[in-house]
Amino acid sequence: MTTASVSLGASVSSQSRFMQLALAALLGIFVMGFVGFSHIDAVHNAAHDYRHSMAFPCH
Amino acid sequence: MNLFRNVVFIAAIAGLVAGVVLACMQAYATVPLILKAEVYEQAGGGHHHDHAAPAAANSNAMSAAAPAPAEATAAAEDEGWAPADGFERFAFSVLANIVTGIGFGLILVAVSEFAGGIGGWRQGVFWGLAGFAVFTLAPGLGLPPELPAMPAADLTQRQIWWWATVAATAAGLGLIAFRKSLPLAILAVLLIVAPHVVGAPQPDSYETAIPEGLHHQFVVAVTVTNLVFWLVLGAVVGVVRGRFTGTATSLRDSFA
Repeated sequence: MTTASVSLGASVSSQSRFMQLALAALLGIFVMGFVGFSHIDAVHNAAHDYRHSMAFPCH
Repeated sequence: MNLFRNVVFIAAIAGLVAGVVLACMQAYATVPLILKAEVYEQAGGGHHHDHAAPAAANSNAMSAAAPAPAEATAAAEDEGWAPADGFERFAFSVLANIVTGIGFGLILVAVSEFAGGIGGWRQGVFWGLAGFAVFTLAPGLGLPPELPAMPAADLTQRQIWWWATVAATAAGLGLIAFRKSLPLAILAVLLIVAPHVVGAPQPDSYETAIPEGLHHQFVVAVTVTNLVFWLVLGAVVGVVRGRFTGTATSLRDSFA
């Protein structure tokens, strides 16, 4: 199990590897989707300058 | 969930560093331009939330209470809670930068692990360039960075076009980089070009109070700050991942 902690988990099975990486990517998409694309007004206003500065579609 | 934990850890460090760098660049490069544009926006009678203004006009007509026009504009402008100008507004921008920096980091680390992982800061810079092309350059061609008070098409349609362009460009670049076949490379070019053939949603009118020069400055500032953000993000992922695994290079062999 030492190899797992050394190389980001190379010893895990390929299916589990795929699932974990896909899960991480989905989490990333969710996070930036919420901050940058959410239609909730408070979220929009809080991140307003950021959204403009990232060229995300705004308003 | 060992791998997942490691990916999150690397993304968190890289996102924190790149997010802070981006926030600092924005404070000097883009935010002053946004504030300038807001002066034009206020002078133009708050055209900025076009979608809210007609709704407010309708409700006024229906209620027939005839509130003062100034009040109506204020209502259209006042869309829920907003951070106070100054430190609070800046603090929320920094927070948004860090949080989405981690979000972009998660996507970058996860996708690069599928391709063998980022084996050092130089590989990270190239991955960062790819991220810049996918998330800034390609959508920015059809939907250039907008300042407040600039005319724009329906928000949801633009967001759909934005995501579709990001997905198509990412798929195209992936095919070019990781598949050594001519037909797939041609397909990749088609994928990258397709969103621009379809075209981004355009506003009904391009009339705006914002001077052309100010907008041009803003487009340059946004593009350059995002380029630096992506290069930093990729490089830091490469460095942190190298530290994490003990070897900075030739990690490709240890990944199936």
